[in-house]
Amino acid sequence: MSQFQDPEERDKVKGKGSGFSRRGFMQGVGVTGAVAPALIGTDAQAQTAPGVMGPAGVAIVLNINGKATKATVEPRETLLDVLRGQLDITGAKRVCDRGSCGACSVLVNGKVMYACSILAIDAQGKQITTIEGFSITGGKAHPVVTAFVAHDAQQCGYCTPGFVVASKAFLDTHPNPTYEQVQDGLGGNLCRCGTYVGIRKAVLEAAKMMKGGSNA
Amino acid sequence: MQPFEYASPKTLKEALALLGAGWGDAAVLAGGTDLLSLMKDNVMAPKRLVNVKEIPELKGITKTGAGVRIGAAVTVDELASNALIRASFPALLAAAQGISSMQMRNMGTVGGDLCQRPRCWYFRAGFGLLPTHEGKNLVAEGDSRYHAILGAGPAHFVSASSFGPALIALGAKVKIASAKGTREVEAAKFFVAPQNSETREVALQPNEILTEIVVPVSAAKNATYEIRQKDALDWPLATASVSLTMKGTAVGSARIVLGHVGPTPFDADGAAKWLAGKTITVETAEAAGKAAVESAKPLKDNAYKVQMAAVAVKRALLAAAGVKA
Amino acid sequence: MPEYRWPDMSKRKVMGQRFSRLDGVEKSSGRAKYSSDLNKPGMLHAVLVTSPHAHAKVRSIDTSAAEKHPGVAAVRVIAPAGTEIQWAGWEVAIIAANTELAARDAAAKVKVEYDVLEHFVREADLKKVKTRAKPAGEQVEGDPEMAAKQADVVSEGYYGIPVLTHCCLETHGNVVQWTPDNKVEFNPSTQSVTSIRGDLARLLSVPAANIHVHQDHVGGGFGSKFQPDRWGLESSQLSKQAGGRPVKIFLDRATELVIGGIRPSGFANIKVGAKKDGTITLWESESWATGGIGGGGSPPIPYVFTKIPNRRQSHSAVSTNTAPSRAWRAPNHQQACYLTCAPLEDLAAKLKMDPVELLIKNAGLTARPDTYVRQLKKAAELSEWSKLWHPRGDAGKGSIRRGLGVGAGTWGGAGHDSTARVTIHPDGTVEVELGSQDLGTGTRTIIAQVAAESLGLRVQDVRVKIGDTNYPPSGTSGGSTTVGGVSSSTRKASLNALEKLYIEVAEALGAPADQLTVAEGKVLVKDNPAKSLPWKAACQKLGVKTISETGSNVPAQAAREGLNTGGVGGVQIADVSVDIETGVVKMNRLVAVQDMGLVINPKTAESQIFGACIMSICGALMEERITDEITGRVLNADMEFYKLAGIKDIGEIVVHLDITEENDKRGVIGLGEPPAVPGIAAISNAVANAIGLRVPTVPMTPMHVLNALAGRKS
Repeated sequence: MSQFQDPEERDKVKGKGSGFSRRGFMQGVGVTGAVAPALIGTDAQAQTAPGVMGPAGVAIVLNINGKATKATVEPRETLLDVLRGQLDITGAKRVCDRGSCGACSVLVNGKVMYACSILAIDAQGKQITTIEGFSITGGKAHPVVTAFVAHDAQQCGYCTPGFVVASKAFLDTHPNPTYEQVQDGLGGNLCRCGTYVGIRKAVLEAAKMMKGGSNA
Repeated sequence: MQPFEYASPKTLKEALALLGAGWGDAAVLAGGTDLLSLMKDNVMAPKRLVNVKEIPELKGITKTGAGVRIGAAVTVDELASNALIRASFPALLAAAQGISSMQMRNMGTVGGDLCQRPRCWYFRAGFGLLPTHEGKNLVAEGDSRYHAILGAGPAHFVSASSFGPALIALGAKVKIASAKGTREVEAAKFFVAPQNSETREVALQPNEILTEIVVPVSAAKNATYEIRQKDALDWPLATASVSLTMKGTAVGSARIVLGHVGPTPFDADGAAKWLAGKTITVETAEAAGKAAVESAKPLKDNAYKVQMAAVAVKRALLAAAGVKA
Repeated sequence: MPEYRWPDMSKRKVMGQRFSRLDGVEKSSGRAKYSSDLNKPGMLHAVLVTSPHAHAKVRSIDTSAAEKHPGVAAVRVIAPAGTEIQWAGWEVAIIAANTELAARDAAAKVKVEYDVLEHFVREADLKKVKTRAKPAGEQVEGDPEMAAKQADVVSEGYYGIPVLTHCCLETHGNVVQWTPDNKVEFNPSTQSVTSIRGDLARLLSVPAANIHVHQDHVGGGFGSKFQPDRWGLESSQLSKQAGGRPVKIFLDRATELVIGGIRPSGFANIKVGAKKDGTITLWESESWATGGIGGGGSPPIPYVFTKIPNRRQSHSAVSTNTAPSRAWRAPNHQQACYLTCAPLEDLAAKLKMDPVELLIKNAGLTARPDTYVRQLKKAAELSEWSKLWHPRGDAGKGSIRRGLGVGAGTWGGAGHDSTARVTIHPDGTVEVELGSQDLGTGTRTIIAQVAAESLGLRVQDVRVKIGDTNYPPSGTSGGSTTVGGVSSSTRKASLNALEKLYIEVAEALGAPADQLTVAEGKVLVKDNPAKSLPWKAACQKLGVKTISETGSNVPAQAAREGLNTGGVGGVQIADVSVDIETGVVKMNRLVAVQDMGLVINPKTAESQIFGACIMSICGALMEERITDEITGRVLNADMEFYKLAGIKDIGEIVVHLDITEENDKRGVIGLGEPPAVPGIAAISNAVANAIGLRVPTVPMTPMHVLNALAGRKS
């Protein structure tokens, strides 16, 4: 077993362990140094070939919402799980966990993707934008958020952040969408409460608001 | 998911050196939309993942002497928005658009589409490619509503590839690299119906990487028609891709390939030959559709797919020829 | 005692307005914290080991390797040797570890040996059901034999509506911490913040006073999230075992779809008869259903048209080795509606009669003839029935066939037990506290509207606090009882608090307390509105005191008080296009005409109906739990093959809210369930109308449609 297999052990090694194992939250991940070249492994023991990392914990840096964020991850940890657990960024939800429902949608280099089907280690060097990164900036809600609220495009709300992220990504590439295009554009997200009627209206309205320059 | 090592090589050569001799040694990670699900379900547990998304040799869509070259790591979205593809290959475009999720199109790659594993629910539950349980053939005796009607041997799953049928219809070739060199395989031969549970459903060896696809450019009219229940992201129930080389108003030669109906895309050679010399009309298209499914052997639950496949062929032919139904 | 009755419709300022939900920005911005979003210091992650077998006896279970796995903090055996497992997905063991990965790795090391027993999992075919059916006896009314002989037309058929799963997007689960001082902090995903405390107290043998439950939001419930569940109990024990560290468990998707809740099925052979003029005279049904190992109860058939004079009904509960059913949005009504409205539509087709006319003609067989007649006419108008409907099968040539169909439903929806506490602070701040929850209904928003209306304030002047057992008890959100309950208790608490405030400010306003009222942010003298105090100034008179008053909705008194009641009808008409070559059904339109009482927020009320209609589309066309006869497992325990409609799969949805003075006088009636009833039947009838024959079972997937068209059995 490698030295970093167990997070509690991992924390002790880093001098963080006292009593309960404190999983590294945003402020508390005390990994050393590895900032610049994204793909440098820290676990020398496990290296069987050049550039090979893991299977134990690897120190990585993720660019999340414009901030370089350190984390220690096993290669098998998904971006979604690292966001939601270690980094406590919980807007993206784990629903199907198999790339079918869109609740975990995030933007990677501006393109919308399923965070449940991306390895965290694979997301290094990319600009990751979660819903937290744009939904409210400077105290102002993004037009998509405003339009979702105005058209009641949410009920239980668990799919909603994913829909908002997908809608933003869609509008970024379709500033003047038709009703038909909205429906085609959001085929990768599912809602159980049945909020699609409000979502269709909200996305069309958000397009208008964004053209009005309110927050483009 | 079992623990594994991860590497993200920058060159094909490095990537090939990281692969192993057996399927359990290493797996190629591209879009991850299928592989990670399989690993979460413990259907696959490779000891190492080799990310190929950072390898320049696997990227880009370019025109070459042999046709249009599509890097295996090109995403579905890149394919669908490429001018070369849009100009010459409506069959590929329609297949890409059939993946009705922005997220999936942004993540999924063309190579990944060809190499994805079957969606058979017995396979995904860990019963293997030729699933049995207590001596019973799970597909034949269990629930076969989404399974094969054509070309099935011992394998009854359906090939889930969206692009396979179109690439075969268009006469594409795929390039495969290993540390020893590269080889070229016709798209039609890339898909293999496994005869036993040890073999794979594509003609790749564990130490090989699918690097590119080359689609010859011709004047052939081509189209894909997919039958899906949902307009939102959903697996097709049957698809057909066709390519027609015209002689005046009649068909000179045709290629008709069905998807989601057999363990490999099903090349309906007989129907294609029958079509030669004929003009595409609703009647001939329908007759070709029926001919395409002549050899269908439906299982207990999927007789409905026979008609569906015939209709997919009919509609793909009409779309290719620009004839209104 | 204050006059609690709602102000007249015309005089309301805040209630009846289309307010956006108060937690809308929080939810849409991703800031809303669900219990599944919680990360607590030192938190352990728990996972379940479940049985892969549908029926088996545990021969042995060995958790020693799992216990030794690095990072594992506690392991519990749930199903010890000798346990008879009755369904796949049965909880066998549970493991808590520092990380979810470690817990999963350890779970894989639990060795369970089973003696596999014979299982039975599919109930659609009555012939195969055999000894698994428990007949519940026969009920006869009138003279069905005679009625069958005398009927001019008799229509017979087999109809079925399958098991579906709740598929809540936030899976079932909780974060729990049971500390050595015997206190329990419980953050569930629940429809019942208040009662889950009592349930947990019983399960853990901990005084209820030691248990604190808190939940800000719940990611879907639909009837499946009332209890702490086995994992709630076991994760609590793990927390205790681990010295009081918090433990988080949320089911993975596959487990959620298998054991997180199912709607029972409903199958029946049904015979209906009528006179030539369409008067329905006969109902005979032989029904069966499963809701898991305990069988499935009889749907209330004939439904809505309950007074058919000559009836013979028998029902069998079919025991299957599948996880038990839970309440599903309008329990048993969708099944009953489908099993009634589909045969009646078939009867209409045989009579060569317009089905809307048939239902109108027989409205006397319902409990609300006037309502249904009015609704049928309204729905017909909104769906362009007279233009678009055609006799069955007369949908022209071509591969795309359009058809229309109708369904009718009913529901209760009176308010549940609920107590609200309204606190008025000297600075004018108003808090409303209830141990309730917002399932997506807009509960917070309607509470704020009621309080604001009652206190003469604006919605933004009121702080609503729900989701905590420190607040007064409020009922479970089930049966569409929440809005009636919390609006009535909030109303009463608000007015009770106001009465106290009046006493405090009477002197300043120089009028007796009972002569005071509120309006537009002021406390004023009824007969002399010029004498007034702004709300803040009035509250300042409290000095250092606060006013904190409760008010309760007591269901037995509610009708007398006129605040809430139950009992509504609803009609929906579906308009579909069926591709007869591919079997694919597309929704053109679904029209919902809904009978209702007082509507507090038309915007969120409409959302409820839109959602219910979309769920009906899913149920009619896509949703079905598919079990495997050989392995006994659920084959589609994922969101790829357990299909839900996407945004482009629903067509246009037209909602007609029947907001009238007359309805308003009935008081508040819950709206969550009623519109979830008629859609499935309406869509099935529309498909029958389009293609000329009945697809006997829903969901009408392409397979079922093509099989029906080809005369194949599905």
